[in-house]
Amino acid sequence: MIDRVELWIVIIGLGLGSFGLRFVFTGIIGDKNLPPWVLRHLRYTAVAVLPGLVAPLIVWPAATGGHMDPARTSAAIVTLVLGYFFKNVLLAIFGGAATLYLGLYLIG
Amino acid sequence: MAPSSTKSAYWKGVRDGTPFILVVSPFALLFGVVATEAGLNVFETMAFTIVVIAGAAQFTALQLMSENAPTIVVLASALAVNLRMAMYSASLTPYIGAAPMWQRAIAAYFTVDQAYALSIIEYENKPTLTVPERMAYFFGVITPVCPNWYFFTLVGAMVGQSIPPAFALDFAVPITFLAMIGPMLRTPAHMAAAAVSVTFAIGFAWVPYNLGLMIAGIGGMITGAQIELWTERRAQR
Repeated sequence: MIDRVELWIVIIGLGLGSFGLRFVFTGIIGDKNLPPWVLRHLRYTAVAVLPGLVAPLIVWPAATGGHMDPARTSAAIVTLVLGYFFKNVLLAIFGGAATLYLGLYLIG
Repeated sequence: MAPSSTKSAYWKGVRDGTPFILVVSPFALLFGVVATEAGLNVFETMAFTIVVIAGAAQFTALQLMSENAPTIVVLASALAVNLRMAMYSASLTPYIGAAPMWQRAIAAYFTVDQAYALSIIEYENKPTLTVPERMAYFFGVITPVCPNWYFFTLVGAMVGQSIPPAFALDFAVPITFLAMIGPMLRTPAHMAAAAVSVTFAIGFAWVPYNLGLMIAGIGGMITGAQIELWTERRAQR
């Protein structure tokens, strides 16, 4: 169960932080430019954080008590492959979900 | 500035933004469902989605809170996912930096992926647009997108509790993230960043307080930046 105090700290903190990130240049800095090395690291933040977040959820799924499970693993692979080749997030989600349900139906 | 030209810029934005309802609504629905599964009530779910208005960061924060990660790690990880917003802000500034402060503040709140992507294409294609026309276009794009983000989160939160466990919703979050990661792997630098992130996240999973994810994120960023630098230098030779 998520702690209520923590939840509200996260909602407000994340709201203020996200607004800050969105406002930092248009609102405050104006048209001054960031050093190139900072921009170069910013470009990779999403692709550096999201895969690390998702990997343990696939290798150790909580729903199966932390054991890798063929239905979930194949759903993960299908989703990533579809997203990579078709650059279409929704297609990848639906393909992955279909694989998951098919896998759960066949394997149980 | 002629009012008719800002009006037509606004409506062009509305037309360009409308197809993205199809992209935003399922995500919003899913967030509503996953948030209620994690124990949030409808009010908390809506406050979350209205205050933060950033899907990937919301999913990240929710996942880490469900794993009982320390608050500071939850905030740091979710904000790291949102760092791209600072890049959007930086790249919009030359075009709308001269608009009144209150307009820039409202635009900042609504700077979501779709609003940024469409606006920057329009600004680059039509360099003669005036600043009021640019702002009108931006607000046109968010008109169909953002209200639907709120509305479908609400729908998801209302139906969420009635979905049985057989639907394996535990895997909705991994699938959503993987679907977003696929299109991000545009260059060898992006792929290397993702590979290092996965390796470090698994390898440092034993580190307490979910700090393994921080290590993975920093490692992935440095890797991506270094590979990009190396690729550029090699191309210049």
